[in-house]
Formats: sequence, structure tokens, C-alpha cells
Amino acid sequence: MIHKTSPEIGGMGHSIKRKEDLRFIQGKGNYVDDVHLPGMVYGQLVRSPYAHARLKSINTEKAKAVPGVLAVITGEDLAKANLAWMPTLSYDKQMVLATGKVLFQSQEVAFVVAEDRYAAADAAELVEVEYEELPVLVDPHKALDADAPLLREDREQKNNHIFHWEVGDRKATEQVFQKAPVKASVNAFFPRCHPAPLETCGCVADFSRATGRLTVYMTSQAPHAHRTVFALVGGIPENNIRVISPDIGGGFGNKVPVYPGYVCAIVASLTLGVPVKWIETRSENLQSTGFARDYHMTAEIAADRDGKMQALRVKTLADHGAFNAAAQPTKFPAGLFSICTGSYEYAQAFCEVDGVYTNKAPGGIAYRCSFRVTEAAYLIERVVDVLALELKMDPAELRRRNFIPAEKFPYKSSLGWTYDSGNYEAAMNLALEKIGYQQLRKEQAEKRKKGELMGIGISSFTEIVGAGPAHTFDILGIKMFDSCEIRIHPTGKAMARMGTKSQGQGHETTYAQIVAQELGIPAADVTIEEGDTDTAPYGLGTYASRSTPTSGAATAIAARKIRDKAKKIAAYLLECNENDLEWEPGKFFVKGAPSKAKTIQDIAFAAYTNIPPGLEAGLEAVDYYDPPNLTFPFGTYVCVVDIDKGTGEVKVRRFVAVDDCGNIINPMIVEGQIHGGLTEGLAIAFMQQIDYDESGNIQGGSFQDYLLPTAVETPHWETDKTCTPSPHHPFGAKGVGESPNVGSPAAFVNAVVDALSHLGVKHIDMPITPWKVWKVLQEKGVAA
Amino acid sequence: MAKKQLVSVKVNGREREAAVEPRLLLVHFIRESLQLTGTHIGCDTSHCGACTVVLNGKTVKSCTMFAVQADGAEILTVEGLASASGQLHALQEGFKQEHGLQCGFCTPGMLMSSYALLRNNPNPSEEEIRRGISGNLCRCTGYQNIVGAVQYAAAKMAKPGNEASVAEGVAK
Repeated sequence: MIHKTSPEIGGMGHSIKRKEDLRFIQGKGNYVDDVHLPGMVYGQLVRSPYAHARLKSINTEKAKAVPGVLAVITGEDLAKANLAWMPTLSYDKQMVLATGKVLFQSQEVAFVVAEDRYAAADAAELVEVEYEELPVLVDPHKALDADAPLLREDREQKNNHIFHWEVGDRKATEQVFQKAPVKASVNAFFPRCHPAPLETCGCVADFSRATGRLTVYMTSQAPHAHRTVFALVGGIPENNIRVISPDIGGGFGNKVPVYPGYVCAIVASLTLGVPVKWIETRSENLQSTGFARDYHMTAEIAADRDGKMQALRVKTLADHGAFNAAAQPTKFPAGLFSICTGSYEYAQAFCEVDGVYTNKAPGGIAYRCSFRVTEAAYLIERVVDVLALELKMDPAELRRRNFIPAEKFPYKSSLGWTYDSGNYEAAMNLALEKIGYQQLRKEQAEKRKKGELMGIGISSFTEIVGAGPAHTFDILGIKMFDSCEIRIHPTGKAMARMGTKSQGQGHETTYAQIVAQELGIPAADVTIEEGDTDTAPYGLGTYASRSTPTSGAATAIAARKIRDKAKKIAAYLLECNENDLEWEPGKFFVKGAPSKAKTIQDIAFAAYTNIPPGLEAGLEAVDYYDPPNLTFPFGTYVCVVDIDKGTGEVKVRRFVAVDDCGNIINPMIVEGQIHGGLTEGLAIAFMQQIDYDESGNIQGGSFQDYLLPTAVETPHWETDKTCTPSPHHPFGAKGVGESPNVGSPAAFVNAVVDALSHLGVKHIDMPITPWKVWKVLQEKGVAA
Repeated sequence: MAKKQLVSVKVNGREREAAVEPRLLLVHFIRESLQLTGTHIGCDTSHCGACTVVLNGKTVKSCTMFAVQADGAEILTVEGLASASGQLHALQEGFKQEHGLQCGFCTPGMLMSSYALLRNNPNPSEEEIRRGISGNLCRCTGYQNIVGAVQYAAAKMAKPGNEASVAEGVAK
């Protein structure tokens, strides 16, 4: 149990209101498009209308003639500086501006720089590009066919295969399947979707010829990593690069990769010596920047007749588009997909993934997801329901029979992960009780008799977040630690900086609460700053629910280092031995004599004004935290849907989310994260897909056809929690931001399938649109 | 480039003017000519509502209008919601108290739509609030706490003695 501080201190467990809100509610946020520098000019990308075409010629004369145009940069221009290509975060490379050919619709072909954004847009229209169309590869299942067009002529390997990755014991798993009395399988496609944060990506690149320094204000979830990439790619000394990630209007993984627009703006600023702003439009954002998922998955479970699972086998085809621009830890080309064993025990499991190129936008990024855990959680929760149908067993009961028991943690999974802690049945029981599961099943039976369609869907997901331990996790070689530096000022107020970067998660509040918890300095007196590589300690940034598991831990450890020094100062001030002192949040006092005390504020003042002999002045500490393991948040979501037999519309009647993310820093913020993630999950399950026609034209390239739910479509969410602390995290937290997006798609889909299962429906791929459901109702002859 | 035209507006109670191209969008006029960057741009198809302002008493998506069309208009943006002395509007307070925002990018537009909603309907039901803000997309909150924030503001504004601060916003 975490000691609860007073509301005045506002440590962990207090739902204190967010410190960052005051500027946002008054229109005083500072997002990248709000950055306005003297002499700033604007960049606009020219993009390919074709999905696969040879570049015959580019004529920039007319564009250059537009009044106000300063430069038009092409791939050939970049090639002269060896910048036509850049590395991705997955050991592939990506064209900055196309040379030779284009590989997806909306690919970056030229960059126009002009004095204002309208002139830049005008000129971009006038860049004349001659293309020769090439055969287009859209279907990833055909990518490895002998007659498939070769997309990546730049690679030595002359096919469209990117990687094969497998984990587990193929043979032993096969043997279990051969003998198993019951088998269930599902082919589940997790469609290509897009994080679509409300703010698109962009930057202002500002190279000063006077100082030789490059400052880049950019929408970056990982500013330090980006600084290092710019130094390595651009050859600029890293001390001369400053990346500033200002307020970010949502990220969800979209703002982890380096995009061509950033590089073009930097090149333009280096060339012209003035600040260059590049802000993508929404359509550009959806059509060219990091998409997510696009996993074609098959899962099979072997079980006995009592429903005890024996083995799991998973085979997946991963469509990465034209470049493998996923942001993944080096050793994990399919991310943490091998968490696909989920919340259950099996003797054997085997999982394999093949990645291929197609003529689609590049990516495979982790959208509100710890590196493919979303795909994994969806798949296992879907196939478990199929097994329940096979066995004619209640899906809750089937889960109960197979959960990893609470007493078996830490638990080593058959695919090699050591789950830190869990109590899956407790979370499921709470969710079922809260929604009134038994009553709902009775209601469903009644409704079925009347021909009405109602379904209940369960998802008992397990996550794997907080990457990660340095022995296993790195991105481009940089280990995935994270950091915090805390400075206590003489008046007892504090400033803390981290290597992470909030995009709405409320770090300015929650990190302050950690400092408050550890030092007793009121959270209101602690200022948090992130996102400026000149001032913050190095870190890998915010994604994969890693902020609390890594920088949050670093904050606690740094604070404890400060407390250790504070104790020495307190002993000096109280003229006693350190060992005679006791701590309560905010002060040291002499054991047995609580009136003989020094507050942390007294001690801070003394650290600068009355320094004990032999001790350094000041009161600050830094910590680079290398987590010993990942953390494994979990929960059970239950969804109730009603289906309109006339229109095929699915209405989410109720949704109960029980989450367990260990000890909680700010319950209000956690609940807000759950609401938001569930709404994104709803969109994925029912509305969203970035699809391509056979010519490689994007369907779903604007908000016109890539739908975001409004307040009207979004149901009222019911939340609750259990608490199973992480045993290895300094304050028992696990991370939470992604759980609802990871766990909810299966709950929605399971509910819809449950409503139709008595008609013989076993699976429907997302997005479950009214049209899709209506077609099923027609086929089954039950449409109204 | 077409000849520039003078556009005069009253924004948040202040007379402002600037010479602009006829094709300049109102949102760019507000953000760049007037340097009021609280109003945001989140899409290019008039769906997201991040650019919502109140123009002559009605909400408009300022990306869907030219600046020249707003000539002579009275505009309220998020920067004008708080009183001149810095007292937050009940809606601003509600968004903070009810955790009605996360990244903050949709918040200005959401506040302006909620503001117009409460002017027309001081005591909306949950469904009316959800409909009232359905022209504004939020990617972070799932709307539930935004609904709570609007309810908070409605309750606060209904209390006797609070009309003044509300009226102050309207007068702008």
C-alpha cells in the first residue's frame, strides 16, 4: 500500500486537477503551428498521385516563378547531399523525396518553400512531374508471388519480403495439436488504421548561420531520439542541434517516427538560413504518416473437452507498406506480438510473423499500443470466444478455467515473457458483477426467442508495456531507459525534467505528484518540464505506455536520492545522528521527539545557505532508470450491444471496463485515459479503415471517409478497477494509457459475434459497419 | 496574388483590422493576422471543429469562411472567454474541474461550441449536450468528461449571482 499524503501535498492517489489545463482552456497552449519566428517561411510537399510509378522528370520552373517562392527541392537535390534517403526506426530506409520511382500514393516528391503558405500551396500545384505507371501491389498475400512486381529495387534482396520472425516451439506445438480433441481457429484481419491525433504533424526548423545551431520545434514524442537521428543522418554535431517538442495535440504513436517533411524543412532552413515551417494537412497526415496494424492473422487453439487450453499457434502476415517504418525495439520486428498467449496458460505456443512490402504508405507504428500488443490481445480474445462456441461453453467460464492463477505470478509464459503480477479472475469477476452478467444472459435468451439480436462481449486482456530493460530493448542501438532530473530550489520549490514527452497524458501533474509523494513538497510547488533536449536529461520518449514505468520510476528514484542527502542535512541541523531520524512526507524528525523536526523546505534552504561541512552545496539529483522487467497491466471489459435488424446498426448499450494498472498516481487522469482509449477502440471496431483500391488509391484519406466518433456515437463508459501492484516498479505502478485501446476492440467484436452466433456466425472483421452486419443479416435470412 | 482587401472585425471586444488576400481563410486571419493562436486547425474538410469561433452570436468553423466574409463581424474566440480581469468563464472552470481535456487541442473549439450551446439552452440534457458538441471532434477524452464539464458550467451559471460573469462573456 502506498502511504497517502495530505491533500495539501497531493501525492499519489489524489485526483488533483491538472496543472497544464490553465493554459489550454485559455487558448494559451503553444503547439508547433503556434510557433512564429521572425523571417519564417513555409514549406509544402508535392505528393505522388500514383501508388507505383517511375519518375520520368520533374520540372520546377513554373513553381519557382510564383511570386514569393524561395526554393523547390527535389529528391535529386537531396541526393547530392546524400539525404534522399533516411533510416527508419526499424533498420529499413525510406525516401525523403522520391528519386527513381514512387512507391505509394501521396509519397513525398518535392518540397516547395515560399514566403507564405498560400504561395507555397500555389507553387506546389505547378511542380510538373512526369510519371510512368508501374504494376501496383496492394494485396499483401500476393507480395511473395513469383510474378509480383518488385517494389524495393534499392535492396539487395530481390523480393518483397521484409522479415520472418518466430518464437516458441513449432514442433512441440504441432504435436499437441495433432492429439488435441478440440480445436478452434479464426482468421482475423486487424485493418490498417491511423492514430489521427487532432493536431497533425509539423515542425519549424530554424538554422542560425550566425551560431551554427539548428533548433527544431517539432511534434515529437521522442525528442532526444530525434536529435540523435538528425545528428547521425545530417552530420550536424549533436551539441548544435536542439529539438523542442512544444505542446503536442495528441500523439498516440503517430509522432514517434521521423517524417520526410521534418527533414525537408531542416534542409530548407540549412540552405536558406531562415526558419522554415512545415505543417501537414489532415489528408497528408492520414495518407502518408505512420499507419498502424494491417495484420492478417490466424490463431488456432488446441484444447481438451473440458475447455482446458493446451496449445496456441499463430501465423501472421504483416503489411508494412512501401518502407518498414515501424518504430520497434531492434530485436522485435513484430514488436511484442508474442504476448499473444494473453491471460491464459498453455503447455505450448508458437507464433510466426512475416512482414512484406506493398504499394501503401509506410509504417506499422504502435498506435496507442506497446508494439503490436493490440493486435495480439485482439487475436487471442477473439479466438478464445471461437473456442467457447466450439465447446458450447460460456465465454466467461472458459476464460476462468484457463486464466494464469494469481498465485503463479511472476509467471513465465510459453513464449518467454515473465509476467510481473496479475489477478485476472478478480478483474473479470468485478466486471461481470458490475454489468450484471447472469441477468444479461437471461435477457439474451429471452430476446433470442423473440428474434431480437443482443450480444455480450468479454475481453480479458493482458498488456506488456514500459519498454524496457536495457539487456533486451533498444531502438537504433539506444537502450530504452528513461530519465528524470530534479532540482530543489532554496525556497523549497522544485523543478523536474524528464526524457519523456506528454501529448495529453497529464505529465505536468502526475510527475509532480510522484515528487510530492517522495519528498512531501506539494505537487503545486513542483514544475515539470519536458521536451527540450537542451535542458531535459536524455530519454527515449513517450509511447508504449512507458512514461510511468520508466521516467516515473526515475522520478521516484531521483527523489529518493535527494531525500538521502536531505537526511544528512537534517541530521546536521538537528545535531543528531542520521540513524536517529525518521521520515514522514515533508519532514525528518528525531525518533521519539516529533517536535524536533526539519521540513524539506528548511532543509532545501540549508542546502544553499548552511551547508554541512564536507557536503556539496545544492539539492538535486538525476536518475537514468533501467527497468528490470516490463510491466503487465490487465483488465476485463464487458460490452453489451443491440443490433437493429433493419439497418444492421450496432448500438453499444453498456460497456464496463475494469482495469488493473497497479498503484495509481492520479485516479482522475487514469479514468480519463480509459475513456479516451475506449472511444478510439470503438472507432476501430466500428468505423475506421484506411483501405486501398486495386490501383493503390487510398480510401479513407480524410475525415470525410476516415471516421472519428463524435459525442453522439460515443456511449457512456463505466469504469472500475482492481489493484495488483507491479512488484519491481519503485511505486508499484504499471502504465495505463493504452490498455483501453488494446483491450476494447475484442470486447466490441465479441459482443457483435455473440449477438449473431446462434445463426452460425463465428467472426466478422473490423470495422463492423452497418453495411457488413446488414449483409450478414441478409445471408442468414433474419433481416427485418 | 489578388489585390489585398481591408478586413475589420471586433474580436473579443477589440476593433482589429488587417489587409488580406480575398482567399485568406478566417482561421488563418485569426491565427496569423491577429495572432490569436488559441483557435486551432485540425482538418481540411470542416469536420473537426478545432477552429470553431462565435461569429455574430453563432458558431462557425473558421476554416470554412473567408476572412473577407467576416468583415464588420463581431467575433468571440477562446481568448475572450475569461473576463478582462482574468476570471475564468464557468465553462473554462468546468473543463478543468471535470477533466474535460487532455491534449488541449480540441478544447478551444469545444469551449466555443459549448458556449453557444448554453446561450441557446441554459439547461441542456446529456443528449442535448452531446448533439450540441457533435460538430467538434475530440480524440482524447471520449467526450464523457466534456459532457460533465458543460453540465458543471450550466449548473454554475444557473446559480443566482452568477449571471453577471456569464453576461460579460456575451457582451463581448
